[in-house]
Amino acid sequence: MRALIRAAWHIAVKDLAIEWRTKTAFASGLVFAVLVLAVLFFSRDPTAVSSQDIAPGAIWVTFTFASMLGLNRAFLLEREQRALDGILLSPAPRTAVFWGKFVANLAFVGAIQAVSLPLFVLFYDVPIWVRLPELVLVIVMATVAFVAVGTLLSAMVVRTRYAELMLPLLLLPFLVPPLVSGVQVTARLLEGRPLSDLSGWLRLIAGFDLAFVTLAASLFHVVLDE
Amino acid sequence: MTTRDRARRIGRAGMAVTLLGLAGLAGVYVRALAYTPVERSQGAAQKIFYVHVPAAWSALVAISVTGLLSILYLWLKDRRIDLAAAASAEVGVAFATIMLTTGPIWGKPIWGTWWTWDARLTSTLFLFLLFVGYLVLRGVLTDPGIRGRFSAVIGIMGLVLVPFIHLTVYLFRTLHPAPIVLKPSAPSLPGVMLVTLFSSLGVFTVLYVGFMMQRYALGLLRELREEELAGAAG
Repeated sequence: MRALIRAAWHIAVKDLAIEWRTKTAFASGLVFAVLVLAVLFFSRDPTAVSSQDIAPGAIWVTFTFASMLGLNRAFLLEREQRALDGILLSPAPRTAVFWGKFVANLAFVGAIQAVSLPLFVLFYDVPIWVRLPELVLVIVMATVAFVAVGTLLSAMVVRTRYAELMLPLLLLPFLVPPLVSGVQVTARLLEGRPLSDLSGWLRLIAGFDLAFVTLAASLFHVVLDE
Repeated sequence: MTTRDRARRIGRAGMAVTLLGLAGLAGVYVRALAYTPVERSQGAAQKIFYVHVPAAWSALVAISVTGLLSILYLWLKDRRIDLAAAASAEVGVAFATIMLTTGPIWGKPIWGTWWTWDARLTSTLFLFLLFVGYLVLRGVLTDPGIRGRFSAVIGIMGLVLVPFIHLTVYLFRTLHPAPIVLKPSAPSLPGVMLVTLFSSLGVFTVLYVGFMMQRYALGLLRELREEELAGAAG
C-alpha cells in the first residue's frame, strides 16, 4: 500500500513538474476557459435573458471543455518518445500509474478552475461568495468524476490516431450526470436555496464518483497491459 | 470444419432466422393494422407503439448483451466473444435508430413535439451516442487485442452509466408514458393489443438474433481475411 502511494506520488509529481516547466498546457487551457466564458456570455438575447440566468450553465460548460483539454494532455505527453513504455517497464504497479495520473489531472483541472472561477464572477456578476464552501464542494465532486473517467479514456484514445477527436466523443456521454448535477446545484445555490433542496443531486454525484472512480481504477490495467 | 466454413454456416443460419423474423414482421403489421382495434384517445398514431416498443426492447437487449459479453471477454480473452459483442453493439445501434425515429413520429401528434428531454428519451439518446462512439473506436483501432480490450472497457462502463443518466434526467423531469406492461400490478393494456405487442416483441427478438448471427459471421470472415492479408504481407 505504501509502495503504491509512493509510486503514484512520483508519477503525479513528474507530470506536474513537466507542466510546471513549460506551462504550455496550463496557459492554453486557461486562455481557452476565458474564451469559452466570454463567448457564452453572448449566447443569449440580452433584453430577454440576464447573464445570471445562463451563468450556471456557462461555468459548467467551461469546466467541461477545459477538463477535456487537460485530460488529453496527460497521455499525449507519454506518447512522445514512447515515454509510456518507460513507465510500464518500471516496477510501479498499473494502479499506481492510474492514481498518479488521476492526481496530476485533478491538480491541473483544479488549477484552471481556481483561476476561471473569479473570472466567472467578474464576467457574469454572480454572488457566489455567500455559498462558496458548498459551491467548491460540488465543483470538487464533479471534477473527481470528470477526471476519473477522463483518465481512463484518455489512456485509451491516445493509442489511436484521432486522440483529440475520440476523447470528447467517448467522454461526453459519461459527463452528463455530473455536469447536469453541477449545473442544477450551482443554479440553486445562486438562488440561495437551502442545502436540503440539493441533497438529491449531491447524492447522485457522490454515487457517480464512487461507482466510476472504482470502475476506472480497476479497469485501468486492462487498458495498459500489452 | 475450418473456421471459414463455420462462419459461413452461422451466416446462412442467421439469414434463415432473419427471413423468419421478416415474415413474422409482415404478420405483425397485418395484425396490428387490420386486426387490432384503434386506441380511443390516440387514434392511428398508437399503431407505432407495436414497432417502437419492440425496437426499443431489441436495442436494450443488444446493448446489455454487449455489456455482458464485454465482462466475459475481459475474463476469458476469447476473440470470438469480442466479435460477438461488437456484432451485438452494431445491431443494437440499428434498432436504437428505429426506436429514436419512430418515437418522434409518434410524439409529434400525441405530445405536440418531436422531441422532449424526458428521462427515457435522454438516456436512450446518450446510450445510442455512446455505442456509436464504441463502434467508431473499434474502427480506429487496428490491433485486434487492443481493440477487444478497449471496446470491452467502454461496453462495461456504458452498462454502469445507463442508470445514472436515467436518474439524472428523472431528477430533472419526466414526461414519457408510464410503463403499462412491466409494472407491479396487472398490465393495463387490453388483451388484443397485448397479444399484438407480445408477438411483435417476439418477432423483433428473432430479428435481433438473425442480424446478430449474420454480423458475427461477417466479423469472423473479416478477421480471417485480415489474417490472410497480414500473412501474405509478412
